[in-house]
Amino acid sequence: MVRLTINDTPVEVAEGTTVLHAARQAGVRIPTLCYVERLQAIGACRVCVVEIEGMLNLAASCSLPVREGMRVRTNTRRVRESRRLVVELLLSEHDGDCQTCDRREDCELQALSAELGIRSITYTGQKTRKRIDLSTPGLIRDHGKCIKCRRCVSVCAETQHVGALWAQGRGFDTAIGPAFNRELSTVACVQCGQCAAVCPVGAITEQSHIERVWDAIDDPHKHVVVQTAPAIRAALGECFGCPPGTLVTGKMTTALHKLGFDAVFDTNFAADLTIMEEGSELLARLRRTLVDGQPAALPMFTSCSPGWILFAEYFHPQILPHLSTCKSPQQMFGALAKTYYAEKLGLKPEQIFVASVMPCTAKKFECQRPEMNASGGPDVDAVLTTRELGKMIRAAGIDFLSLPESEMDAPLGLSSGAADIFATTGGVMEAALRTAYEVVTGRPLPLDNLHVAPVMGLTGVKEASLVIEDTRPDWSFLEGVELRVAVAHGLANAQRLVDAVLAGERQYHFIEVMTCPGGCIGGGGQPRFTNDTVRLARIQAIYQEDESKTLRKSHDNPAIAELYATFLGQPLGERSHHLLHTKYHARSAV
Amino acid sequence: MTVESAPCAGCHEVTDAERFAQLDDVLQQYRDVPGALIPVLQIAQAIFGYLPDAALRRISTALGKSFSEVAGVVGFYSFFTTVPRGRHLIRVCLGTACYVRGGKDVLAALRSALRVEVGETTADQTFSLDVGRCFGACGLAPVIMIDDDVHERVRPGQLMGILEKYRVPGARDAVRREARQETV
Ligand code: SF4
Ligand code: SF4
Ligand code: SF4
Ligand code: FES
Repeated sequence: MVRLTINDTPVEVAEGTTVLHAARQAGVRIPTLCYVERLQAIGACRVCVVEIEGMLNLAASCSLPVREGMRVRTNTRRVRESRRLVVELLLSEHDGDCQTCDRREDCELQALSAELGIRSITYTGQKTRKRIDLSTPGLIRDHGKCIKCRRCVSVCAETQHVGALWAQGRGFDTAIGPAFNRELSTVACVQCGQCAAVCPVGAITEQSHIERVWDAIDDPHKHVVVQTAPAIRAALGECFGCPPGTLVTGKMTTALHKLGFDAVFDTNFAADLTIMEEGSELLARLRRTLVDGQPAALPMFTSCSPGWILFAEYFHPQILPHLSTCKSPQQMFGALAKTYYAEKLGLKPEQIFVASVMPCTAKKFECQRPEMNASGGPDVDAVLTTRELGKMIRAAGIDFLSLPESEMDAPLGLSSGAADIFATTGGVMEAALRTAYEVVTGRPLPLDNLHVAPVMGLTGVKEASLVIEDTRPDWSFLEGVELRVAVAHGLANAQRLVDAVLAGERQYHFIEVMTCPGGCIGGGGQPRFTNDTVRLARIQAIYQEDESKTLRKSHDNPAIAELYATFLGQPLGERSHHLLHTKYHARSAV
Repeated sequence: MTVESAPCAGCHEVTDAERFAQLDDVLQQYRDVPGALIPVLQIAQAIFGYLPDAALRRISTALGKSFSEVAGVVGFYSFFTTVPRGRHLIRVCLGTACYVRGGKDVLAALRSALRVEVGETTADQTFSLDVGRCFGACGLAPVIMIDDDVHERVRPGQLMGILEKYRVPGARDAVRREARQETV
């Protein structure tokens, strides 16, 4: 332990603690800007400066480890003035428009200016040159608002192992962005939106589809349906001041009805369907190698997360045959809404408008992939992030918190608890095992509360194995087989796992990859700011939603059984092949 | 860093394919070397005379660095350039002494005579124009350097004459001898 004083109060902290954290432990607030826990402490912005006795210059507390006997002052005139100077300089360069800015409600720069009591800007500096980049389907970048904190650079390079954003140029002309300050579409970017999730200001955010959706709702010739991803219900409340981890499924459903959607459905329905298709695909691949002795593309990787798909297409084309051919639940839903559901209503596909609410910016990319036109046109017409849905509810004058709860509509609104957990890292794997195990053995997964504990939680790469015993006669080839699975979230973790698999260091049958840390609950379209505490709260809410359901397994969903009986035939059948499966293609990363 | 991009008399003109083959060799050698990016970029610039996009893309793939990172490093160091260099590099000293003693006017004269901005290359690929900070000849200001040759006490009116000597292919050695004599 190290002893020091902070503002004359003695404090004892573990060795290696930074002054910032020591202060936090002592209940002393130090403002920060470029610092993000577990992401970067680069001492770049100097908002977190403190005075250390015996040191000539003020020190950035976020990157300064404590020393025995250190005397720290966090609130002297010199400290306050220095912090204000730094923020005033940032504001003088900042080409902002607070009244209309996307971040006006949760801008960290604005909040910092308020916290420091800045009322005027002494400097009249040159403004950062405004350049708006609309080149990708998922994101908007506004250079004039960038304060060069480099959070996006760290998250993109380190958390996501992509490196699409980097400091370009030098001195005052330094700009954060893609190679040579060209447009984002000119480099390999997987559209995950983690950069938008960590940006403290309005310099990166999603391409808005709000107007598209209002237009469709107002169009009398369109039957407008909405699907909501499982991760929304555990986060949307945060847009209305609820603490992270508040479940708002019923209120959200009511709000969607009030917004004017003709039917309120659930991506969960398609998640259950994904389990049927993907589970069958895995079992088919296992049969192929174990029974027919043929080579099969194992391990099989999940394909729900469009950022991961792009990552594989850009950086690991050799593993593309290993990806499940299943479309993501969003796209399965779209394809069925415009065929199966349209037929039920006697409508043509083009008379249906499918809006999605997703925790994700990459879903905006996914819906415009040319492969996603199984119904003849785009199967999904618009994708709203959780944040955008919050804005629409607000703009419609709906008092969200006082709404009564309601249920989703049939038939595409019915789902099991297995679908809910698609929202969290480890969830798709657990849902798949719940079904696969039961299909093969006739018995439920023999685990406490149906949870696969080793793949739960925020560890970057997780593994589990399960010995299959007492199989049904059809599946006797799996008797005694040890099914080995792995789960990764955050693409840097996925990269590690892929490397280990390709090097032959690790053997698995099935691997779940989610692009974002924590899975969809930590997606690039979720309410800001997402840290591990928030992730864990949302995950806990998702498991709570799962456990509260009577249906816990995808194959028990009666609406899915009806879909197969009346429309699809069987998993991996002809119609499924056309509507629910897709192909991938290699892309050049440079 | 000085870059020799012009083939010497007697050498055949190196083709792009040959340059890329050379780059691939270098990349092979540096593939698993940590911290290889900067040395590889320097070698690549020596091979091509500048850093063409296609070479940077190849470097990015081979070293497993994103294209944006490679571009960021290229942009950070002033000795890297992504525009092709002319056969001769003119650098005008803008150190304090040269600046106050007419360096600024020399630069202006060069910009209008060559019709290029700083950092650019003439359409005929003969000259690239750049600026520098103090070549250590302050007593003889204003100074310009063309390739490795120092020209001192340059006045705008002399520039055309100086440049003319470099336009003639093979004339460089003669110029160099002359420049050296001037210095003596
Ligand atoms: S980023 Fe923040 S400070 Fe800048 S315009 Fe937007 S709200 Fe205002
Ligand atoms: S969307 Fe993801 S991959 Fe693209 S720049 Fe942002 S963090 Fe990087
Ligand atoms: S875009 Fe946002 S996160 Fe990235 S450097 Fe600029 S202000 Fe920081
Ligand atoms: S928060 Fe410490 S330097 Fe930016």
